[in-house]
Amino acid sequence: MIINGAQAAAEAARLCRVQVVAAYPITPQSKIPETLSDYVERGELKAEFVRVESEHSAMAVCTAASIVGARSFTATAANGLAYMHEQLHWAAGARLPIVMPVTNRGMGAPWTILNDTQDTISQRDTGWMQFYCMNNQEVLDMVIIAFRAAEQLLVPCMVCFDGFRLSHTLMPVTVPDQKKVDSYLPPYVPYHKLDPDAPVNINPVVMSDPIPDPNGVLSPGYMGFRYRLQQSLEGALPVISEAGARYGEIFGRSYADPLYRYLTEDAEFLFITMGSLASEASDIVDMLREEGIRAGVIGVRVYRPFPAAALTEAVKDIQVAAVLEKAISYGYEGPLMTELKAALYEQKGNRPALSNFIFGLGGKDVPSGDLLDTARETIAAAKAGKPGGVPTWIGYGI
Amino acid sequence: MSVQPAILEYPEAERILPGTRTCAGCGVPIAYRFILKALGPKTIISVPACCVTILHGIYPKTPISANTVNTTFASAASTATGLVAGLKATGRDDWTVLAMAGDGGTFDMGIQSLSGAAERATDFIYVCYDNEAYMNTGVQRSSATPQGALTTTTPVIPKQQQKKDFMQIMEAHHMPYLATASSSYPADVFEKFEKAKDIKGTRFFHLSAPCPTGWWYPTKDTVKIGRMMVESCVFVLYEIENGEFRLTGKSLNIAKTGKKKPVDEYIALQGRFKKMTPDQIAAFQRNVDAQWEAILKRAGF
Repeated sequence: MIINGAQAAAEAARLCRVQVVAAYPITPQSKIPETLSDYVERGELKAEFVRVESEHSAMAVCTAASIVGARSFTATAANGLAYMHEQLHWAAGARLPIVMPVTNRGMGAPWTILNDTQDTISQRDTGWMQFYCMNNQEVLDMVIIAFRAAEQLLVPCMVCFDGFRLSHTLMPVTVPDQKKVDSYLPPYVPYHKLDPDAPVNINPVVMSDPIPDPNGVLSPGYMGFRYRLQQSLEGALPVISEAGARYGEIFGRSYADPLYRYLTEDAEFLFITMGSLASEASDIVDMLREEGIRAGVIGVRVYRPFPAAALTEAVKDIQVAAVLEKAISYGYEGPLMTELKAALYEQKGNRPALSNFIFGLGGKDVPSGDLLDTARETIAAAKAGKPGGVPTWIGYGI
Repeated sequence: MSVQPAILEYPEAERILPGTRTCAGCGVPIAYRFILKALGPKTIISVPACCVTILHGIYPKTPISANTVNTTFASAASTATGLVAGLKATGRDDWTVLAMAGDGGTFDMGIQSLSGAAERATDFIYVCYDNEAYMNTGVQRSSATPQGALTTTTPVIPKQQQKKDFMQIMEAHHMPYLATASSSYPADVFEKFEKAKDIKGTRFFHLSAPCPTGWWYPTKDTVKIGRMMVESCVFVLYEIENGEFRLTGKSLNIAKTGKKKPVDEYIALQGRFKKMTPDQIAAFQRNVDAQWEAILKRAGF
């Protein structure tokens, strides 16, 4: 099929037989709920479609529906995602395997409807998993993989992809067979089985210290619940990897690796980035190789849980790397840069010289020339022994 | 005219067991007990941040023998919507979904999600138990706080504005059933919930629940204060079924007999009104009279 990223996400939701969809439109996500409401009204998807009055309510609906055992799905972007913020914490704290595509868009003010990843990066610490997609095929595949991993881990997952660049761009996408998806993704079994004779009080007030239940069994305090969420996420990479590998066995496209790698094996220079920038960077690598620079690309597909070990292993023989980001932690640097550096702190032996570049905020075009210059500058700075410092903003104009 | 069930005819099963964590003298559990008796065991409750969160106890214990989903402050109705959607999608639409929210979570922060859910005709019962301020956070002013009341955010100058007429807002949503109720009249509460249970669509209750902590009266007087509120027509008991307005219980009785009490004693018994001047009390009385006259007219008296 030739479809855009938004349609790929909706198609994946249909294949996953989502049972409750609650969504509020926001550019550039709108095509996802539009497509799904069309499926539901035509009877092609048996689901409750709730046309909520806000994103805050969208996530409340998904959370409650997931609690009572329905596979729940929504999608949003930018300010819509920010409006959900407390509900994101609530969904993760309640351990609900909701899957939510986010068509990455810059945050206001001032308004932009165009792409960067500031929206999802700002929700990094809500306890959700975050996957970043490079093309529309990945969007479809990773929504399906996300449901499998999320339901095994009882942790919600955002599937992030660049607004307009992917959401509105037509690409060929292989749509898997429904029966195969059914075999890959068994029906969702909720943690609580709703029973009028054995009622439960879900998400109640919890004290700091463990308290015995009426049978004398010690039950966790607040921090105990938080620790369990962290434990699940610390152990999540193998589960995601298994889900990605199994996907490969059934559908022929493996996602066992939390990193996208392009020509990394003999590389001396790397672009390290996320989302569709990894795809653009791959084209630049081909040009750099023609210039005699042995360049490669790492795209961080799974950003939460953070694949620290895989990343440090991937750069252990690299001399120079440019970290390209469409987000910034204001007052410091790109978040991926910070996290990569932190991961490398544990690394014995070689650490590459790193330079950080902020690109494409609010949909600003990322021309190949700029990416080529980035590589050349990073290599020259490393040779002169002057890497690092504050991030370099590319293309901000005046 | 329905016949009020005798006390022995109420369902025996208690869904509110000893150990609720409300303040002494709280009006909410009195009404809540009869609500849950009327709705039965296949009920799931959405509870936003409010006094009822506390009433439901601290993990891992709860005195409420009914399935409950706690949620964020503004999300009583959207969480109920999710429960309705999730239960329907999994073939269990024989459950009753109930939302129990305070006046802060209804009149103020939750009005968006409630309005959305009601407009979509979501099949659930929403209860706003109204104790006329943000009681759970320590008696701060809400848009349900009456004119003349002291709160911890109107500590020197009592609230200047009138209470929001929330029933009018909800009626504008074309709902099949809306009713007021008071925790001091549990039989009226029971009857109305038993009726509401069998109606499809969004059903809304404005439940008055006196609060000794925030209204500053002795805890023993909760039922008395609630009754005085109805006897003086500060709070009126009625129901609106498919647009048809009916006075019920004590309010119907007052309409028939004309035996309406002045507001003076109701105001005098509560510390929150202690700064009201005679002029302000007279203005309060005029507002109550005007509201009562309008209601009488609508009810056909």
